Amino acid sequence: MKRTVPLIIAIVAGFVLLIANFIPFAEDWGLTAQEWFNILAVGAMILGGGNLVKLHLMKISGQRKGWGYSVVTIGCFVGTLIFGLFKIGVHPNEIYPNVGWSGYYLEGGSGLWWIYQHMIVPLTSMMFAMLAFYVATAAFRAFRAKNTEATLLLVTAGVVLLGQTYAGVWLFEGWLPESMQWLRFDHLTEWVMNIPNTGGTRAITIGIALGVVATSLRILLGVDRSYLGQD
Amino acid sequence: MKKSHTFYIGVFVSLAYSGVASALSFETLPEPPMDLVVIDTPDDAGNSVELDWALSGTDIFNPLIENASDTDPSTIVATYSIERKVSDAIGSELDESDLNWQKVSEAGAGESHWTDRTVERGWTYDYRICSVDNQGDSSTWCNGEPVTPVMQIFNMSKAWLAIFMLIFGGFIAYFINQARAGKPLWVRKIAGLEAIDEAVGRATEMGRPVLFVAGIQDINEIQTLAGLTVLSRVAKTAAEYGAQIEVPTCRSLVMAAARETVEAAYLSAGAPDAYQPDKIHYLTDEQFAFVAGVTGYMVREEPAACIYMGGFYAESLILAETGNHIGAIQVAGTAMPSQLPFFVASCDYTLIGEEFFAASAYLSGDPLQIGSLKGQDYGKFFSVLILVIGIFFASIISLSDSEDGLAVDSLNYINNNMLGSEGLGSFGGGDTDIEGDDS
Repeated sequence: MKRTVPLIIAIVAGFVLLIANFIPFAEDWGLTAQEWFNILAVGAMILGGGNLVKLHLMKISGQRKGWGYSVVTIGCFVGTLIFGLFKIGVHPNEIYPNVGWSGYYLEGGSGLWWIYQHMIVPLTSMMFAMLAFYVATAAFRAFRAKNTEATLLLVTAGVVLLGQTYAGVWLFEGWLPESMQWLRFDHLTEWVMNIPNTGGTRAITIGIALGVVATSLRILLGVDRSYLGQD
Repeated sequence: MKKSHTFYIGVFVSLAYSGVASALSFETLPEPPMDLVVIDTPDDAGNSVELDWALSGTDIFNPLIENASDTDPSTIVATYSIERKVSDAIGSELDESDLNWQKVSEAGAGESHWTDRTVERGWTYDYRICSVDNQGDSSTWCNGEPVTPVMQIFNMSKAWLAIFMLIFGGFIAYFINQARAGKPLWVRKIAGLEAIDEAVGRATEMGRPVLFVAGIQDINEIQTLAGLTVLSRVAKTAAEYGAQIEVPTCRSLVMAAARETVEAAYLSAGAPDAYQPDKIHYLTDEQFAFVAGVTGYMVREEPAACIYMGGFYAESLILAETGNHIGAIQVAGTAMPSQLPFFVASCDYTLIGEEFFAASAYLSGDPLQIGSLKGQDYGKFFSVLILVIGIFFASIISLSDSEDGLAVDSLNYINNNMLGSEGLGSFGGGDTDIEGDDS
C-alpha cells in the first residue's frame, strides 16, 4: 500500500499532464496538477526545515566534529525566521494602516530585506565568482595535450578563446590576403560555434529528448518503479 | 417685420449655416481601421477569439503610409477602441449590458491584433473597432463578421508530436513485449554505470562515505526522478558492501523521496538495520548555499566517491572540482547540455544526456526496461532518418538555387508542420526557410 498509492498517483498525474498537452478541454488540468504540487512543496518545506534544525541540534548536543558550523547555521536559520515571520522593520500597508503586519515582508529597509541584500546576495555572488577559478583549473586539466583528441581540443579552445577577443582580429590585420580572410580567428570561431558545436549540441539534445520520453513512458506504464524504492 | 430685423435674421442664419458647414468640412477625424477579421482561436477550448485588422490610414506606424510625417497631427491615431456585444447566448440569461456594445479593450497605435480571452464557449459575438486620436475623437466603426467560439476535441497543431509519440511509444511497447517473450536484447556497455560499483567498493575499502547528489531541481523534474533511480542502485550496492552513503538534497520533497528510495534499497539488500535516515538530509533551496554546504562536507569528510546524477546548473563545476581536489572517484550524469563539458573535464566518468536516462534500465537488468532502451534506439534511428531527409532537401535547394518545387515544399512541410506548429496542414504551403530555426 505504501508503494502502490504513490505509484497510482504518479501514473494518474503523468497521464493527466500528457492528455492536457493534446486535448484543449483538459488544458487546465495541467495547471491544477501544478497547483497541487506547489501546495505539497510548501508543506514539505516545514519537513525540510524541521530536518535541518534536528540534525544540527543533534550535532551541537553531541559536540561532533564541526559542531561550530551547526551553531552558525541554527543561529542564521532562527534569526532569518524571526525577521521574516514577525516582519521586523516592515511598515503597515497604506490600505490597512492600523494592522501592524499588513506590509510586504520584503519591503525596502526591513530586516529581512537587509539580510537578503547585505548577506545572501553578496555571499551568493562570492560563490558564483569562485567559478572563474574553477574554470581555470578544469581547463588546465582538460586542455593538456596528452593525445590527438586532447591536442585537437586544445587547439580549438585556443582559437575560440582568441576569436572571442579583439586579439583574434588584431593578429591578422594588415598581412592576411583577402582570399585567406576565413582563417582569421574570429571567423574560425564563428564557424566552430555555428557548425560543429551546434551539430554536437543538437545531437545531444535529440538524445536527451528521446531519453525523457522513454523514461516518462517507463514511469507512466509502471515498468520503472525504482524511484519509489522498488526494483 | 422691420427691414432691420430681416437683416439680422439673415445674418444669423448665414452665420449658423457657415458654422455648420465649416464644422462639417473641417472637422478632423482619424481614418478608421480596415478589414476587421474575427476568428475563433484554432486548437483551443473555445475560450478565446482572435481579432486582426488593417491599420488606419492616419496611424503613423502603418507601413503603407509613405510619408508618415505629412500626416495631419490632429488625426494621428493614438489607440484603437474595440467593442463587443453578444448576439446569441444559446439560451443563457444575459445582462442587458451584454446585448449592447461594450468596450472590451484598447490596442495601441501600430497594433493590429488582439485576443479576447473573456468569451463564453458557444455564444455568438459581434465585434467592431474604431481608431481614436489624441483629442479623443473617434473614427467611424469597422465591423467584423459574427463569431462563435467552439472547443476543438484535439489540438491539431500538435498532431505531428502525437504521431511521433505514438510511433516512439509503439517501438518501446514492441521491444518490451519482445523482452517479455524472452528474446535476448543486447545493450552496449556504459562505462560510467559500470564504474559505480567500483566507486562504492573503493569507498568501502577506504572506510569513507559515498556522496550522492540528485541535482538541485525538485521532484517534479524528470532528471531528479532519473537521479533517484540511480540512487536506488547506489544505495543497494552501498548496503551490500557496508559502505556509508550521504545524500544532501536541495529540495524537501526530494529528501522525502530519496529516503524512501534508500530505505527500500537497504531492505532489498537485506540490511534494513544499516539504514540511517539522517544521512539523507535537506540543506537549503538556495543554489549556492546548497553548494557551499555540500562542498564544505566534501572538504571536511573527504568522501571516497562522489556521484552527481540529476539536473545541475552553474554549481556543477564547483562540486566536481572540489571532488577532484579531494581525490574522490567521480561519476556524473545530467541532461543539461551546458553543464556536460564541466563534468567531462572534472569527473572520471560522465553519463551524457540519453545515457543518464538509460541508467535506471541498464542498472536494473530488468528485460522489460532493457526493452524500452531498445525502443529508444529505434526512436533515435527514426529521428535521424527525418534529419537526413531534411538535409537532403536542403542540399538540393542550395545547389539548384530554386525557390519553389517539390524539394522546397517538402522542406517547408518538415520545418513548419512536422517540426513546427502548423499541424498536419496541407503540403505545398508556407514560406521557404532553408536556414530553419534553433528550436
